[in-house]
Amino acid sequence: MTTKPVTFRGRIREAFDEGVPIAIDRGARGHYNKRVEASAAFQEMEEMRDRARLIRAETLSKLDQYLAQFADSVESRGGSVFFAADAAEANDYVVSLAEAEKVNRIVKVKSMVTEELRLNAALEAAGMDVVETDLGEFIIQLAGETPSHIIAPVLHKNRQAVGETFAEHLGVEYTDEPTELNDIARGYLRERFLTAEMGISGANFAVAEDGAIALVTNEGNGRISTSTPRIHIAMVGMERLVRDREDLAVMFEVLARSATGQKLSVYSNIVSGPRRPGEPDGPDQFHVVIVDNGRSATLGSSVAEILLCIRCGACLNACPVYRHVGGHAYGSVYPGPIGKVVTPSLFGLEQWHELPAASPLCGACEEVCPVRIQIPKLLVELRNQTTDHMPWGLRQGVVWYARISTRPSLFRFVTRMGGWVGRVLGRDGWLRRIPFVLKGWTESRELPAPAPETFNDWWRKRGA
Amino acid sequence: MTLLEQAGCDVEFPLDQTCCGQPAFNGGFADEARAQARQTLDVLDATEGTIVVPSGSCAAMIIQHTPELMEHDPEYAAKADRVGARTRELTQFLVDDADFDPAAADCGGCTTTYHASCHGLRGLNVLTQPKKLLDDAEIPRVDLEGEDECCGFGGLFSVKMPEVSAAMMDTKIKSIEASGADVVVGVDVSCLMHIGGGLQRRKSNVTTKHIAEVLVEDLT
Repeated sequence: MTTKPVTFRGRIREAFDEGVPIAIDRGARGHYNKRVEASAAFQEMEEMRDRARLIRAETLSKLDQYLAQFADSVESRGGSVFFAADAAEANDYVVSLAEAEKVNRIVKVKSMVTEELRLNAALEAAGMDVVETDLGEFIIQLAGETPSHIIAPVLHKNRQAVGETFAEHLGVEYTDEPTELNDIARGYLRERFLTAEMGISGANFAVAEDGAIALVTNEGNGRISTSTPRIHIAMVGMERLVRDREDLAVMFEVLARSATGQKLSVYSNIVSGPRRPGEPDGPDQFHVVIVDNGRSATLGSSVAEILLCIRCGACLNACPVYRHVGGHAYGSVYPGPIGKVVTPSLFGLEQWHELPAASPLCGACEEVCPVRIQIPKLLVELRNQTTDHMPWGLRQGVVWYARISTRPSLFRFVTRMGGWVGRVLGRDGWLRRIPFVLKGWTESRELPAPAPETFNDWWRKRGA
Repeated sequence: MTLLEQAGCDVEFPLDQTCCGQPAFNGGFADEARAQARQTLDVLDATEGTIVVPSGSCAAMIIQHTPELMEHDPEYAAKADRVGARTRELTQFLVDDADFDPAAADCGGCTTTYHASCHGLRGLNVLTQPKKLLDDAEIPRVDLEGEDECCGFGGLFSVKMPEVSAAMMDTKIKSIEASGADVVVGVDVSCLMHIGGGLQRRKSNVTTKHIAEVLVEDLT
């Protein structure tokens, strides 16, 4: 594996060099357009978004209470619950359980929290054989890559690239026919489903009232992975709780429409506990790992609102920055607008200070968010904590501009000076090359020269 | 000014106004932004009548974000509410309040297309008003594909992240050129400056104009 550039700007340049954004842009716009159509066709969409936000906010306001209720409910149905403070604790629990149960083969359902924990790497290091069963995740696992989108992990690849990956890693003949590619994956995975001893899933939602896990997929891999193997482990982000089934129904309404423009995902599974006497299938053991990994700290922070997120990916599709740079440029498992807040709040603002800055604050994300998270506001909040990381010249520019503009007569003098600069350096009213902080700007565009006369002077003369 | 007078208004311009503080606010400099916003509020609160702002993002700053900034300062919070309630973006004022008839406007045979600036659009719901003004003036207007997609300016964003910003600008310029228009009309000077800077570098024949420049052609 090659080493990724460490800075956001470095990764962007790499993405541009590789030409990746073209596939991303097409895919993201496709999802975005479907969301627009689905929302228009659903009269209650706006009302449903309000309700979804209220539901999420209410749950988070009493999260400790709902977590306790959820854990009790799971246990009363014969399942086990483990609270993991961080990634190491979560991974250790899963690895230890797999070892104790002599598990060799594991099938996985697509899950962002397991990507966050790097659970696959931990299991592989312990000698387990783990296979991703969502088609997109399966492809990137073969290719040794990371997801570039929250719900469409393989958005950055076209079918030719998928064909090459299959030919290289599965020993099949190259094809770029989608149905043939699908058949190859199905054939390979079918055997895995039947022989796996453990299935690991995430959870779109966890229901406090009855201890159920809600899992939505479009491929059915979620259902088979959690019912065929004898052990099912669900990894649940601590914030993903809902009160009851009624609330869950509202979340389903907004989730699929926001994510893919579907009314409902093809498979909406509600998994509640291990197989009970008389039931034909289901696992013998059901474990839930509730993952904190920075979430408690976020809950007490100024960007706690980000925990409302239900990981639908709508903001990625709507985001013009995401469409131009693709998911890998963000350098985190959580890309896009939501990632610019989630990543620094879970993994540290010091290390991820570039992300909140990487937005023109256009607001396209907030416009589509099913739970109306005010992402631009949260980005500004994080920027308030990271001004030290701005280039010195830029920081001074903002500070001095503020000083000057709070003194009207000085402001008038300086803007008048700007007019002289424009007259001396401008060519037909434009500035072509400016060094220092504006160098990058003028590499691809020009800056209008300040007008020879300020508006103030014009207005005064006119009045005279 | 000329346009507002044509709309039958008495126009006053307080000379002590400077900057609303939006660039500092968006950049994460809340203290600097607050100082600028206080200056703005002091000047504007001393006036009477509607405050008309010919820039969507500045109007959004005064209407939406200034009250947020003054949350813990009761005196200025009250000023922010008073000023915000009187503030309107130019085309909102012309269409929604003044019922202005732009029939006299003449673009000299140009074909226009409209770029919907983000803060005016998502913050203040400005979209139909500028289009209505152009259409009422019988100035030819063609649709812009992705009219509501950000041009990539974003203030300090374009300085800190010039590569992404430029890529977004390229997309915008491609759709402008594909539209067949020769003038891009907007309600936000900063976006127009950005798009205009890109068009100029490409030596494009397309130019940018603020809606007021289109509606008043005898601007001197």
